[in-house]
Amino acid sequence: MTQAFVARHIRIMLPTLALTVLLLAVFYMQPRAMSYLGLNLLLNLALPIAFATIAQMFVITVNELDLSIGAYVGFVACVGATWLRDDPLLGVAALAGGVLVYAALGALIHLRNLPSIVVTLGMSFVWLGLAILVLPTPGGKAPDWLRAVMTWKTPLLPFTIYASVALAVIVHLGLMRSAYGAVLRGVGGNPRSVERAGWSLLTAKMVMFGLAGLFGVFAGLALVGLTTSGDANIALRYTLLSIAGVILGGGEFTGGRISPIGAVIGAMTLTLAASFLSFLRLDPDWQIGAQGVILIVVLALRILINRTEARAS
Amino acid sequence: MNASLLQRLAAKPWLWAYLGALAIWLATIAFTEGRGGGDVLTAALSFATFSVIVAIGQMYVITLGPGNVDLSIPATITLAGAVSMKIMDGQDAMILPGLLIALGCGVGVGVGNYALIRLLRIPPIIATLSSSFIVLSAAISYSRGIRIKPPPMLADFTTWIVAGIPVLAVAAVVLTAIMSVVLHRTIYGRTVTALGQNARAARLAGLPVDRTRFATYVLCGAFAGLNGYLLSGFSGGAALNMGSEYLLASIAVVVIGGTSVAGGFANLPGLWGAAMLLFLLVTMLNTYGFGAGVRLVLTGLIIIGVITLAGGKRQAR
Repeated sequence: MTQAFVARHIRIMLPTLALTVLLLAVFYMQPRAMSYLGLNLLLNLALPIAFATIAQMFVITVNELDLSIGAYVGFVACVGATWLRDDPLLGVAALAGGVLVYAALGALIHLRNLPSIVVTLGMSFVWLGLAILVLPTPGGKAPDWLRAVMTWKTPLLPFTIYASVALAVIVHLGLMRSAYGAVLRGVGGNPRSVERAGWSLLTAKMVMFGLAGLFGVFAGLALVGLTTSGDANIALRYTLLSIAGVILGGGEFTGGRISPIGAVIGAMTLTLAASFLSFLRLDPDWQIGAQGVILIVVLALRILINRTEARAS
Repeated sequence: MNASLLQRLAAKPWLWAYLGALAIWLATIAFTEGRGGGDVLTAALSFATFSVIVAIGQMYVITLGPGNVDLSIPATITLAGAVSMKIMDGQDAMILPGLLIALGCGVGVGVGNYALIRLLRIPPIIATLSSSFIVLSAAISYSRGIRIKPPPMLADFTTWIVAGIPVLAVAAVVLTAIMSVVLHRTIYGRTVTALGQNARAARLAGLPVDRTRFATYVLCGAFAGLNGYLLSGFSGGAALNMGSEYLLASIAVVVIGGTSVAGGFANLPGLWGAAMLLFLLVTMLNTYGFGAGVRLVLTGLIIIGVITLAGGKRQAR
């Protein structure tokens, strides 16, 4: 029985283990990080990345890929730093429009049977262009309420940690425990049988892309709340980070096999890896490379685990 | 009759790219009232050459089937450019060794990529992404920001233009033709296509799946290496960001050119149409004097438009 339990939860155990090891390594090298302030500094940029990773995960669940999420988060951040402060109604309308565009993309990709990689690649230009139109030079200012939320001094642990846990639990309940969540995952696993059971694939794709758009909005707002000012290029690296976070967290590109909790942990691991490397005082030339090595090591561990999983079942 | 219908359908995917490129070129010279039309085409051919060289490799990889894509191309271009420029050190005598070293860099990255994919079973997107981080670090560390001029002969060759036609583009057209023959007429090429259409059937039929995949990632790396070598010659030396635009370009050119993203159906002539289209698009938007924001939005919308027009029918199988 324990073996079955291990087999079932092993996917989530690896990302957790990787995060724990990294955290311990950081604490070992920099004991001062083991405080409220230290944790906050280490992890505060993890929340926007976690939102973006969850957004990417929704898209991956239905076997698609979103290469525009980074540019989109940047667009949201620019809207957040300008319109949302100066003209809240216009700002909210623009963000709602973004979510609708995402849902429409889901419909377009499904109806015309288009490769999502290319459509979202095209959209990444569109979002970047719109972001530049909204905010031609870096600047702007986040609304005060957003700033207040993101710098909220919660008791015991920093706000980021509470928010990440809440994010993971809410998405987990919605996607892994609800009836419609199972249908949505089924679209990734076996679209034909989901369709024959009477569910609309079109609706499912629109829901998942719409959710990606919504969580992209959260990511952008969280980001601009932390940085206080916007920049069109602020989040371009989120595209690759979010994909890596989903996979690191135990998700797979096809088959609707995803893990919301794992994805959030994956995003935090990637954020922490960057801090870890700066603590290592590594030659700056090799910092990016070391991030690649960390990704490879964690994924290499996964084959070992997958083998255990296969043996246990 | 059946065959002619099939032929007409098969001819469709790449036609859109050329038509789009032509329309955009006409729209550009209509704006300038015919002035500079030839120069624009020459420039488009020059720059399309580099996109096409990497896109050939990317196309082979994408044709292997769903999930296969090489994201390490930009890093490989940078590494090959930096290493070969340093080795050649501006001497004409070192042109050939430099080329071999650039190709060697590409092959090395390709071997590394496939090792990650096959031995560690990492999905290709993540494997090539991770390796690109390492390769880019190696390039940064190796070049230390010093810009070394290419050997004069290499610089002259890569920028050589005869009667408005870049010689390098002609060479690349020949290369495209060769790779087209390899894809359609050799056992290796047929195996790549077969794998993309149905990997399971290909494996059961006893095709050398691993060897073919390995060769394809190595090939893609080698083309990226070649591109890094030629591009450094063309632009007067290697730069650390020289590869970055080829990440999106390599994928976009392949798909707009009519190759199926799901794999199994490749299209080489379309690469030129798509690469010209992308360059002419940027030129047109610049000519019209749009700001950066509008330019980007229109670029994105036109890419999506072309895909929507070209893609729908093709995948209605």
